[in-house]
Amino acid sequence: MTASLDERLVGTPEPGREPAAGGGTEGVQTPFRRFASDFLEDRIATGALVVLLALVFIALTAPWISPTDPYDLAKVDVMDGKLAPGETSFDGSVTFWLGTDGAGRDLLSAMFYGLRTSIGVGIMSGLIALIVGTAVGLTSAYYGGRVDTLIMRFVDLQLSFPAILVALMLVTILGKGVDKIIIALVIVQWAYYARTVRASALVERRREYVEAATCLALPPRRILFRHLLPNCLPPLIVVGTVETARAIALEATLSFLGVGLPVTEPSLGLLIANGFEYMLSGKYWISFFPGIALLITIVSINLVGDRLRDVLNPRLER
Amino acid sequence: MSVFIIRRLMQSGIVVLVMSVLVFFGVNVIGDPVDMLINPEADQEDIEATIRALGLDRPIHEQYWYFLVNALKGDLGKSFIFGEPALKLILQRMPATLELAFAALIMSVVVGIPLGVYAGLKPDSWASKSIMAGSILGFSLPTFWVGLMMIMLFAVMLGWLPSTGRGDTVPLLGVPVSFFTWDGLSHLLMPALNLALLKMSLAIRLTRAGVREAIHQDYIKFARAKGLRTARIIRVHLMKNILIPVTTVMGLEFGNLIAFSLVTETVFAWPGMGKLIIDSINNLDRPVVVAYLMITVLLFVLINLVVDILYSVLDPRVRLQDIKA
Repeated sequence: MTASLDERLVGTPEPGREPAAGGGTEGVQTPFRRFASDFLEDRIATGALVVLLALVFIALTAPWISPTDPYDLAKVDVMDGKLAPGETSFDGSVTFWLGTDGAGRDLLSAMFYGLRTSIGVGIMSGLIALIVGTAVGLTSAYYGGRVDTLIMRFVDLQLSFPAILVALMLVTILGKGVDKIIIALVIVQWAYYARTVRASALVERRREYVEAATCLALPPRRILFRHLLPNCLPPLIVVGTVETARAIALEATLSFLGVGLPVTEPSLGLLIANGFEYMLSGKYWISFFPGIALLITIVSINLVGDRLRDVLNPRLER
Repeated sequence: MSVFIIRRLMQSGIVVLVMSVLVFFGVNVIGDPVDMLINPEADQEDIEATIRALGLDRPIHEQYWYFLVNALKGDLGKSFIFGEPALKLILQRMPATLELAFAALIMSVVVGIPLGVYAGLKPDSWASKSIMAGSILGFSLPTFWVGLMMIMLFAVMLGWLPSTGRGDTVPLLGVPVSFFTWDGLSHLLMPALNLALLKMSLAIRLTRAGVREAIHQDYIKFARAKGLRTARIIRVHLMKNILIPVTTVMGLEFGNLIAFSLVTETVFAWPGMGKLIIDSINNLDRPVVVAYLMITVLLFVLINLVVDILYSVLDPRVRLQDIKA
């Protein structure tokens, strides 16, 4: 699915660009290979991609690779609470490589589970917002006129308020819960996607290939989805990565403030909040390590997004 | 021009009205404050008396109507918890928030612009690359976590600065400020820096981009050809042209700083409006939540209105386009 998607978006003819003057890979130069080799030219971005894939792998397999189950009350012992990194448990059976939190949970395991929640919420909300925003943006650009004015007024209005304020308003109204946080993040984000898609669709709409498609009397649906949308994808993918990183950070912030995810679904933000009360007594690790995990996640997504922007932008000379 | 302003004013009024409906109905659907506020040992009569006193027995559209009429009179309801007018509670805490946001703005401009100029003048130097990497971190780091780490480092481990709260204040024109006492400043430093980090990164990036663009312009080349000293070219010719867009953007970010201060205030237990709203949400203190949201909406609508009008004064194309649409 991803491969075909990438193939289509890089495979579109771009005027003034030579078809792949050898990117280091042997054999047939498929558009996807060219895209991949372009991406991998940058060592920092490649490293970030590897880290990101590792984090996603941890998030997907958290229940199986965690040393202990941090939410199995039978296995968690308060006697193990607030142990420093590297200490072993009260009965000597487990080593807590990153220490334990106030309730005696293994911090490393709790972080794996937290990463699962954080990345899951970020990707889910990013994906839904992408679909909603793309639909609205394409509609706006294709029909133009009053529809366009109305939609864009609304988008501008929403974007004139800071994201944290909109999010806070929404979680106050919706309440706690994973589904509600995702809804709130989607409402915060969709406007960015809508604006991006509209901007590039307005440019693409005036191109000859759309004119040709219109002359062939193709139905609007086909023109929208088979002609306009694939050509609007590059900026959309870049915005998608950046917005997903922002969604993860925003969710962590809300959870830290105690208005985000419920205690039963601890994300990295909530783990950090839990460690807050112990920090003044010098037990830094409970907040420190989940924060590092959050930081690595956000930075690696941003670095990958930066590189995607460079690779997908045909106007940029490389 | 007046047509444009009237149209914008009407639009702003509609926005505020729509937001008031959203906020009021939204907030009043969640939770039942009766359960939370009334002493579990109170008898039925007490409970009903309290419900009547708080106006919770009326149908919700009636509650909204009273809210709207009273809001226009400047009365946004009484806090369930404090028993004081919500507006008064918020206004009491507003100076602390404004002070924090203002200090952060100053800090980000004073630190960000020189660093940005340096990074723009010497883009390949080792220091510039560190500055730019630092600004990427500034964008990526979650504010609340940086705040925690600052407390850990400067308050717990090194013991240089107080960890939380606001220090001694001195009244200036009737408003308490912490700029004039050492205790006040030492309490202000960490939260302000924490809040400033994001905007500092923004200032660095904007300034650097401006410098990179301006340095190839003809007037700089001409100044060089005239044999002016580099310091003078930078100070007079370069800075004048860069500072206008940068300060405009940074000024616009002030509203953002006020909104984001609620994170910093929670971390550093800074007694501003942001901390009040978070506490109120957790206590289901609906009048305060509604009042805070309405005041911030009003604040942002006002900021946007002023910006729009200023833009239309500076650039007539904006208002012509608007009248056509």
